[in-house]
Amino acid sequence: MKKPSSNPFSMLSSLSDGYRLLLITSAVTTILSIVFNYLMPQVIRFAIDTVLGDQPSALPAVLTSILMPDKQDTMRNLIACAIMAMVFSVLSGLFTYLCRYTMAKASEGMIERLRNRLFSHVQKLSYHWHVTHQTGDIIQRCTSDVEVVRGFLSAQLLEMFRTVFLIALSLLLMFSISVKLSWISTAFVPVVMLYSGVFYAKISKNFRKADEAEGDLSAAAQENFTGVRVVRAFGREAYEIDRFEKKNNLFSALWIKLGHWLSFYWGIGDLVSAIQVMVIVILGALEAYAGSITLGDFLLFSAYNSMLVWPVRSLGRILSEMSKTGVSISRLNEILNEPEEDDDPNALCPPLDGDIVFDHVSFDYHGVNPVLNDINLTIHAGETVGILGATGSGKSTLMYLLDRLYDLPNDCGTITIGGVDIRNIRRDYLRRHIGFVLQEPFLFSKTIRENISITSLQNELSAIRHSASVAAVDEAICEFAQGYDTVVGERGVTLSGGQKQRVAIARMLMQEAPIMIFDDSLSAVDAETDAKIRSALKQATNKRTTILISHRITTLMNADRIFVMEKGRVVQSGTHETLCKENGVYRQIYEIQGTLEEELANINKEVTP
Amino acid sequence: MTEVKEIDRQSFHLGVWKKLLPFLRPYRARLAFLLTAQLVCAGISISYPLFQRYAITHFIEQQNLSTLTPFCILYLLVIILECTLVVLFCRAAISIEMYLGRDLKQKTFVHLQTLSFSYYNVTPVGYMLARTMSDTNRIGGLIGWGLQDMLWCLAYVLGTFVSMLFLNWQLALLIMIVVPVIAVLTVYFQRKILNLNRKIRKLNSTMTGVFNEGITGARTSKTLVIEDKNAEEFSGVAHDMYKSSVHATALNAVYIPIIVTCSSLAVAVVLTKGGSMVTFGSMDYGTLSVFFTYALTIFEPIQQLARIIADVISMQANIERVTDMLETKPTIVDTPEVIEKYGDTFSPKRENWEPIKGDITFDDVTFKYPDGEEYILEHFNLHIKAGTTVAIVGETGAGKSTLVNIACRFFEPTSGRVLIDGKDYKERSQLWLHSNLGYVLQNPHLFSGTIRENIRYGRLDATEEEIEAAAKIVSAHDLILSMENGYDSDVGESGDRLSTGEKQLISFARAVLADPRIFVLDEATSSIDTKTEQLIQDAISHLLKNRTSFLIAHRLSTIRKADLILVVRDGKIVEQGTHEELLQQKGYYNTLYRNQFAREMSERTLAE
Repeated sequence: MKKPSSNPFSMLSSLSDGYRLLLITSAVTTILSIVFNYLMPQVIRFAIDTVLGDQPSALPAVLTSILMPDKQDTMRNLIACAIMAMVFSVLSGLFTYLCRYTMAKASEGMIERLRNRLFSHVQKLSYHWHVTHQTGDIIQRCTSDVEVVRGFLSAQLLEMFRTVFLIALSLLLMFSISVKLSWISTAFVPVVMLYSGVFYAKISKNFRKADEAEGDLSAAAQENFTGVRVVRAFGREAYEIDRFEKKNNLFSALWIKLGHWLSFYWGIGDLVSAIQVMVIVILGALEAYAGSITLGDFLLFSAYNSMLVWPVRSLGRILSEMSKTGVSISRLNEILNEPEEDDDPNALCPPLDGDIVFDHVSFDYHGVNPVLNDINLTIHAGETVGILGATGSGKSTLMYLLDRLYDLPNDCGTITIGGVDIRNIRRDYLRRHIGFVLQEPFLFSKTIRENISITSLQNELSAIRHSASVAAVDEAICEFAQGYDTVVGERGVTLSGGQKQRVAIARMLMQEAPIMIFDDSLSAVDAETDAKIRSALKQATNKRTTILISHRITTLMNADRIFVMEKGRVVQSGTHETLCKENGVYRQIYEIQGTLEEELANINKEVTP
Repeated sequence: MTEVKEIDRQSFHLGVWKKLLPFLRPYRARLAFLLTAQLVCAGISISYPLFQRYAITHFIEQQNLSTLTPFCILYLLVIILECTLVVLFCRAAISIEMYLGRDLKQKTFVHLQTLSFSYYNVTPVGYMLARTMSDTNRIGGLIGWGLQDMLWCLAYVLGTFVSMLFLNWQLALLIMIVVPVIAVLTVYFQRKILNLNRKIRKLNSTMTGVFNEGITGARTSKTLVIEDKNAEEFSGVAHDMYKSSVHATALNAVYIPIIVTCSSLAVAVVLTKGGSMVTFGSMDYGTLSVFFTYALTIFEPIQQLARIIADVISMQANIERVTDMLETKPTIVDTPEVIEKYGDTFSPKRENWEPIKGDITFDDVTFKYPDGEEYILEHFNLHIKAGTTVAIVGETGAGKSTLVNIACRFFEPTSGRVLIDGKDYKERSQLWLHSNLGYVLQNPHLFSGTIRENIRYGRLDATEEEIEAAAKIVSAHDLILSMENGYDSDVGESGDRLSTGEKQLISFARAVLADPRIFVLDEATSSIDTKTEQLIQDAISHLLKNRTSFLIAHRLSTIRKADLILVVRDGKIVEQGTHEELLQQKGYYNTLYRNQFAREMSERTLAE
């Protein structure tokens, strides 16, 4: 992929690859549509000046001979002119259609490409980037800013081209009729443009203020609706209404003020334009009176002149809108310039059923507070290990490193699987062979069936149900009215925390990965179900390496080995039995969790004499 | 989920507009001015070609400049008059747009303040927000600008025809033949375009949804290595969007050449017919030039007229959405007798309010949610003495808030009574109860503004000292002072600039200031650092003193402290009793407690 730069034009040009022909076609057809649009008055001028009047033809000889082979046959010539005028109109319409259609194909295609590029880029950004960026902000950029760019490509770009060409063409034609009148008419152009430009620059501050007031009002309403419990619980309805009213009044007052400025601007703009037309009518009439231009010239000139007025006025507005597009593109470039996760082209795909070795692994997230400190541990193939540790002890980080969600820097030790440094293993290959259930798993807005089978091509219900029963969730799913076709997530049924975790486990099992990681992913499941899942797992996945992270001693105690982590170090390791004999944290926790049993026993004793 | 009606109307309905009339009444003078000014302007626009015609016939053809000066003066005066009117009517239009929008917003907002929780529970915030903001904006805009544009176009088109009829009725009639064709075509295309645009809007929101999921689910996607699969799915949606957008543009682009062809037909007719009339001397050059101007300029307003009419018809949906909401009745209302005695939300008669002790009795209460089918409580009886602490425990999403919702009269029992201090709470006003209520949510809700304003929300007339005292009670004072602007620090939108723990403390201070007799705490599940956690625990014990409290609890320490524990599973109360009694039952509570215990204890031991 080409590396996008922060220059807005280079982004647009990289998007336009493959659409250039359409863009050029659009530009050419735009010119043609304008040309034919202008030719129509030419034919009318011919009809008035030459067919009806006595002026010599100003049209090319070919056209003249078609329109008026014989001066005497006025009726025939008029009809010829009428037909020609219609033909030009139809052609102009046809080319207008073509230019807009090709432009839509090009601009929508470019936007589709931009959207896809953004989406897939965001998907491939690092885990770290996703942790450190706000969802709302990214979505805002990927939708609103893309919409601004779309507006620019699909409307403003063509409009700008059209406007500039129109102004140039009008001026050219006007100069060919009367240089003197043209200069007078042209004198207004910079005045109007400058006036529009200065006005828009001046008023943009007011626009921003009014926009902010609207955002403020909208936020106040939203806060009230989401905080309705607090409002009602404190009986603050009247206060809220007051607050809203103040913001509402400010909002409308600011817009009205802005509207007053705008109406003033429009009024003056109309005045200048109307005066320009008036000056041309009067001076043109005087010129025609003096005989320096013909009546037909006069009519044509005033027609062209009135066509000049609007493009000139809109140019100022277009320029001010272009600056907005620049801002949006640079906001999008901020995302697109972030590096994607990438792999060495020579990365390996070795078998991943060997031992996992952490060798002198140290790691930190921001150059402060080491999260992992010289970790050395080996997990044998096919072994089940447990990890116990407090929040922030680094146990999840250790797993993120193993899955290459974070990359271990070169001088911070090594992690190997079957003797191969994981930094040399293809990322997607590695992740596909490590089944990882996150602490807070995310289910997609699809059916449960689609969610479970999301990683695999096979979506036979029997295989899906098998995974689900291992995860002890099959029964719960079957209880839903739509069973496995129940849609979950944002637009569907809300699952409880425990159900979500179990569906995520089922989904992971479909990966049939040789290494499985459960990052506290049974926390919302009760102890009984927890045990059920573990024994089913044991049966179903006997030869696979399993890593369990948990707070619950009962979850860990059957593991082949248990590691206890504290502040980025492994402080204890061994089996449940050996750890219970050691004087350490593990025994302490085991005893505390044991006291629960005592507590229960005591209560029973107290009650039953 | 919620039932979100999409109103789809294609024809004109007078009834809808009648509902808007009361909102227009205050601005009728302005509206009248607006419409008059617009008519005059249309007249002036029509007169401009006449000036040119006069110049041609008198100055050029008759070679007579004697009237040049008065001509110039009159022309200039007309221009100035027009521009003055433009300024004035734009001002009037923007005022009407904004004032109408403001009034509708205010009315909607006020009405929403009276609607019951049953409404809020089934209505997404985005839906209410759209009614309050964008629908009202759109109505204001269309009344302020659309109606007058419509009138302008109408006047311009009619005026032009009248003018043409006077100049030469035969030619005028010839041009008129194409008008109905254009109008019909425009309406036809506008409808198609409108439908397509609706489809695009839908696609757009689907696309935003996919984007949202792609981003929030990105971490999970990585572990599953389904990034490419996601991107592929997205590109499907993006391509649908591409097709629809191109289709919409193409439809627009076809429509314009068709209209242009129609109008060029009219021009061609004028050219042959008018040209021959000039040849035979039955018409002069000037008149012909005016006809050309008219023939070329009349079609744009006709198209615009058709567009506005289509717009006006589609706006009926916006009006209906707003008025439907305004017509929604709150399900919990105070009886006229209660309002008579205690006042309503907006003018309470506090002098008649009895002091509250906080003794709550559920008397044979049966309840189901208005949108639910299952009975959650059936003939439920419970007496909570003033000052009791009640903990409600259960899994996330098990329906722990139901009982609190009924006790606080956010919902009323389907049958049976809730007595407060021995009297049915329906015999008192909602505000009486709510003013004596303290409510702290697990995700504490703050309002944008300063910390001081947020604490003061608990009691609006509190002094500075009282605010600080409240903050001190919950140990938030030092924390607040350590912030850059102390009590005047801005909390950001919905308090986003503060951490969850900080928000908790501020909301505790707010509750302390209110000094409620009944206190509800929806405890946080999210992990907070140990230091803040300790502060919060202390604050809670201060808050519980001498108050009837409901704790929707997650922490063992809080649960164990309670006088009564209610255990909820699948929306129903399955066990109740004290901590010891429940443990001994070896039921659901026992399991919950073991899980929680293991987690909290190992967390604590390891953190030490």
